[in-house]
Amino acid sequence: MSDYNFAYLDEQTKRMIRRAILKALAIPGYQVPFASREMPMPYGWGTGGVQVSAACLTPGDTFKVIDQGADDTTNAVSIRKFFEKTAGVATTEETARASIIQTRHRIPEEPLTEDQILVYQVPIPEPLRFLEPSEVETRKMHSLEEYGLMHVKLYEDISQHGAIATAYAYPVKVEGRYVMDPSPIPKFDNPKLRMAAIQLFGAGREQRIYALPPYCEVVSLDFEDHPFEATRADHDCDLCGASDSYLDEVIMDDAGGRMFVCSDTDYCRSRRAAGHVGAQGAPYEEGRP
Amino acid sequence: MTALLQVRDLARFYGARRGCEGVSFDLWPGEVMGIVGESGSGKSTLLSCLAGQMAPDRGEVIFDTRGDGPRDTLKMSEPERRMLMRTDWAFVHQHARDGLRMGVSAGGNVGERLMAVGARRYGDIRNRAIDWLGRVEIAADRVDDRPGAFSGGMQQRLQIARNLVTGPRLVFMDEPTGGLDVSVQARLLDLLRGLVREMGLSAIIVTHDLAVVRLLADRLMVMKDGRVVEAGLTDQVLDDPQHGYTQLLVSSVLQV
Repeated sequence: MSDYNFAYLDEQTKRMIRRAILKALAIPGYQVPFASREMPMPYGWGTGGVQVSAACLTPGDTFKVIDQGADDTTNAVSIRKFFEKTAGVATTEETARASIIQTRHRIPEEPLTEDQILVYQVPIPEPLRFLEPSEVETRKMHSLEEYGLMHVKLYEDISQHGAIATAYAYPVKVEGRYVMDPSPIPKFDNPKLRMAAIQLFGAGREQRIYALPPYCEVVSLDFEDHPFEATRADHDCDLCGASDSYLDEVIMDDAGGRMFVCSDTDYCRSRRAAGHVGAQGAPYEEGRP
Repeated sequence: MTALLQVRDLARFYGARRGCEGVSFDLWPGEVMGIVGESGSGKSTLLSCLAGQMAPDRGEVIFDTRGDGPRDTLKMSEPERRMLMRTDWAFVHQHARDGLRMGVSAGGNVGERLMAVGARRYGDIRNRAIDWLGRVEIAADRVDDRPGAFSGGMQQRLQIARNLVTGPRLVFMDEPTGGLDVSVQARLLDLLRGLVREMGLSAIIVTHDLAVVRLLADRLMVMKDGRVVEAGLTDQVLDDPQHGYTQLLVSSVLQV
């Protein structure tokens, strides 16, 4: 190992964060304030998620990082390397092998198990923020369960677009009590929020941690005559042919060429390894992207 | 019959300075009470204390609730009081901008109180919003426009619709016609008078405009330096003022 304390943060800081996490798990959906530290990366790049991961990691863990579902983007690679260097833990790109998964803006396609922890990076934890700028007021609204304003936002969506146009960071109600921002995951992922794994949300700049314990009830807000709908692009993955995964649209050239591919790179790779081939895909070869 | 609102010995101080003191009155169902006085006389302080926006230092504000009968609103828990504020009470601000969400469409503004008390059918919310816009003379095709695109008079009417949509029983108004030109004022007053009659509303109107209280209020309280100096039927007070200050106030009105 190196000169760093295990997982970069000192032990007292990790204890402080663990206390916040335990409180968050005890009150699902409630935003617990914590003393967020300066991390060697800018705010907005996952400082909250990194601190939560650091507080959860043990030497025996296997760590995976995804950014928009992909293991190979800058943010994911940097954070993975960060913990390889400061914690010396094993890392993986395979969802099933990881014990802790830090994610930005996606939930993996493969269902998680009770042995896993999913850590979200959260930019703005307050779902009411864009409607009510005052923190004093939003805290009061949470404590008094005054959530009518959240539906005003959905009402505005329908009146302007004919349907609820909010496509990501879609507000949810947790265990019939707190309204929570599920971080900017696509609303396609909202139904997956009720899962076997522990879900922890860390917002570094805003200094908040919140959590969903396993199998916690999570309901997406909607109207009776405009029910919640999990949407995805009306396509199959062009590489692996999957018809049930969330897709990225990739522009191929200036002539309007495009392809739709799974945003979860590990899911796509494992399907191709199992012999599935999409419309524009080539048969899978080990070691080739 | 029980009074809708019973105020007993209400007082609020700003440090050693008096905001208002020794205010007591009853407001009966369907009654409109005017509070007049020059600026600094304590009428806005009094209104804020009555409407639960400011905590008075002394006194009782007893409201005849739908469920449990007369209760002191100052001793209620905050959730109860806030629930009252969005169901049985309404507050019309002098500046529509204080009472409206400027970033939300007219329909959303009217629908907010409905959604706050649990309405979850978009179609119903929208129909009731359009219905209420009609009642305050705003065309149905403006339902998706933001209040910023409305004139001052329309904003004020929108604020009234937003407040009355849940069928409140008591409306607090702080200079509802302030800053509007006289013809717009006249139509707004006409509208308010109609709504008050039709819905059997009780209202407390704070204003310095004697013409407004003459038209709207059944009863009148005159305030000076934080105290009520004269109270009685509106016409009686305005036609035969007893207190020196009221006489000054009445004689100061410009005759056109």
